[in-house]
Amino acid sequence: MSTGTLPDVSRDDASLRAFLHGLPGVDQVGAEARAAMLSTRSIKTTSKQWAIDTAISMIDLTTLEGADTPGKVRNLCAKARRPDPGDPTTPQVAAVCVYGDLVATAKEALGDSGVHVAAVATAFPSGRASLTVKLADTKDAVAAGADEIDMVIDRGAFLSGRYLQVFEEIVAVKQASAPAHLKVILETGELATYDNVRRAAWLAMLADADFIKTSTGKISPAATLPVLLVMLEAVRDFRASTGRQVGVKPAGGIRTSKDAIRHLVMVNETVGEEWLSPDWFRFGASTLLNDLLLQRQKLATGHYSGPDYITLD
Amino acid sequence: MPFDYAPAPESRAIVDIKASYGLFIGGEFTDATDGTPFKTISPSSEEVLAEVSEAGPSDVDRAVKAARRAYTGVWGRLAPAERGKYLYRIARIVQERARELAVLESLDNGKPIRESRDVDVPTAAAHFFYYAGWADKLDYAGLGPAPRPLGVAGQIIPWNFPLLMLSWKIAPALAAGNTVVLKPAETTPLTALLFAEICQQADLPPGVVNIVTGAGETGRALVEHPDVDKVAFTGSTEVGRAIARAIAGTPKKATLELGGKAANIVFDDAPIDQAVEGIVNGIFFNQGHVCCAGSRLLVQENVYDEVLDSLRRRLGTLRLGDPLDKNTDIGAINSAAQLARIRELSDVGESEGAQRWSPPCELPEHGFWFPPTLFTGAGQSSRIAQEEIFGPVLTVLTFRTPEEAVAKANNTPYGLSAGVWTEKGSRILWMAGRLRAGVVWANTFNRFDPTSPFGGYKESGFGREGGRQGLAAYLTRGGPGA
Repeated sequence: MSTGTLPDVSRDDASLRAFLHGLPGVDQVGAEARAAMLSTRSIKTTSKQWAIDTAISMIDLTTLEGADTPGKVRNLCAKARRPDPGDPTTPQVAAVCVYGDLVATAKEALGDSGVHVAAVATAFPSGRASLTVKLADTKDAVAAGADEIDMVIDRGAFLSGRYLQVFEEIVAVKQASAPAHLKVILETGELATYDNVRRAAWLAMLADADFIKTSTGKISPAATLPVLLVMLEAVRDFRASTGRQVGVKPAGGIRTSKDAIRHLVMVNETVGEEWLSPDWFRFGASTLLNDLLLQRQKLATGHYSGPDYITLD
Repeated sequence: MPFDYAPAPESRAIVDIKASYGLFIGGEFTDATDGTPFKTISPSSEEVLAEVSEAGPSDVDRAVKAARRAYTGVWGRLAPAERGKYLYRIARIVQERARELAVLESLDNGKPIRESRDVDVPTAAAHFFYYAGWADKLDYAGLGPAPRPLGVAGQIIPWNFPLLMLSWKIAPALAAGNTVVLKPAETTPLTALLFAEICQQADLPPGVVNIVTGAGETGRALVEHPDVDKVAFTGSTEVGRAIARAIAGTPKKATLELGGKAANIVFDDAPIDQAVEGIVNGIFFNQGHVCCAGSRLLVQENVYDEVLDSLRRRLGTLRLGDPLDKNTDIGAINSAAQLARIRELSDVGESEGAQRWSPPCELPEHGFWFPPTLFTGAGQSSRIAQEEIFGPVLTVLTFRTPEEAVAKANNTPYGLSAGVWTEKGSRILWMAGRLRAGVVWANTFNRFDPTSPFGGYKESGFGREGGRQGLAAYLTRGGPGA
């Protein structure tokens, strides 16, 4: 595929469909075997240290509960700024990710720390609302100070082949979310096949997503390594044909340091070090941070402390 | 920021290598009566690992006699279910001692620990488990009721998968009721000798398995021994021919698993990322020391650039180095002699006008190393497109139509394996019916399973190993008229 063809593919449903269905297929067995092989990489000592700090700096520390309160969010923001109060060398996380109504609270709590505020929008997590509502949701979060918007695609439209509708929605949300960065959640657990994951990834990138994100965290399975592999291949190929680099965010189900390190290994060996920064790779996670801190302390002191020595939030 | 992986070496402490090894005959380690001891080295460092006995003709004779005694006295009469129990026991011990076997295999052979740990040893155990199940079900092997064992099998295995090839040979032979004398390759005898200890640990009756170490002369003595009923050989086509000549006119049966020059065929509708993985796995797995390696890549011309770009990028991520490092993808070449052959054929490739390419790759100072290498611009007539290199060297060719792909793939004296990459199921079946290769992989490569028969067409040999078909190599047809 050449760069020249890309601008035209979204002119109508048929062209978009032809383009997305013309992407090379994904062999499920092969993709899963490759992911499993990369999971056997053994990351020790200095490289583990580096990976843990890098992973911490890539976290979108997330709380997306109906029971969220300003108090809970303020606590989370304090944790985001200083994940380990006992060790000032611990990097801060990349962002705090909340529902739109708590953006202002988070923004205030984070101040000039450099930690971003990300807001889920567009009738997250189902996306089942009219475009008008989705855009209002988005604008509301941006107005409250969100630096990043995490939107969901309309999986129903995608699965029924209305690609242009999905495309146009993303374009509209992108416009509404400026100047915030836009992450597009594919909800890969509902897309079911890797071919669909690849198509949805391309669709989002064609619609000018800054990041593509696996999941809302509300659907199982959420982020899996083979899905990440397919998405990484997509951003790699997209950059090769358009010159534009798009970030990737796996979210949901990544709870242990080991898991996070496997993700970083996959980034390293699929797209390379250019994606190994919080500008281009994020983890959407709530409990991951504490396991990373536990492992970080273990590396520094030589022994495990225990959950009571890591703050809850 | 670069993500450098710190060294992650597997510990050698788990394996206890003796200074010297005798021959395993009649259930015991014995000194060789003739022959000169030789050293086995670690190809990644050239460090001497152990001294190994060379079995001379009289030692081979002792081993065959021990096998005959065990066949007529014990093993041939044992209730089939009891034979199965021994094989299950061996399988379990192989699993229990898996790490030890994996470390030893990587030390002696040079292959990455990831492969010995994740492929060689588990697949070897799986072979014993699989054939253990056959031991009391031979009536259903498709060879008529009550098929009979052949007797004493002389088995000669190569250095590329020492333990795995041992299991391919010994498991079906024993399940069928034969006894064996096995000769491992001279550069990789150690896991076979450890397997001898496992036979002791399993209380296998003495003489059922005998291991004689040595080089070509030991092999010749075994093949030519008059009391051997069956010769099973895996190795080069050249030696295979010599074996076929040696046993011609004798009642000995033979199965030969020889060389290959497999085509890995990538169509324009292939899942490209997985095809690239398959190409890498096809030729760089085990440093290309694989008889069924996909050493010829046939790419459809309209996706040539895309596939080659991806392939080059992927080769740039391969990690070459210490075989015991858990992150190593490419280990050492098994011997100085093999390295010389790979170099020679690669030089020929260049002098014939093909373009040689390797990713930036630092080779260790000691030991035998060759970087992953691609040749483009080679013709079907190039020697690197015709001869088996048995190293990490891929020759890239192109085709335009399915007919041309089949014609080029079959245009080789060999016929061991082939790979087809396309998302179109009907094309896979069409291709598989026309490719003259014992194994055709579809959208994968170098996958082995004990239930699946493996073997060649043409100069890649005859007979099948694995599966129900693999039993035929060690049984004669039973029932009326047998």
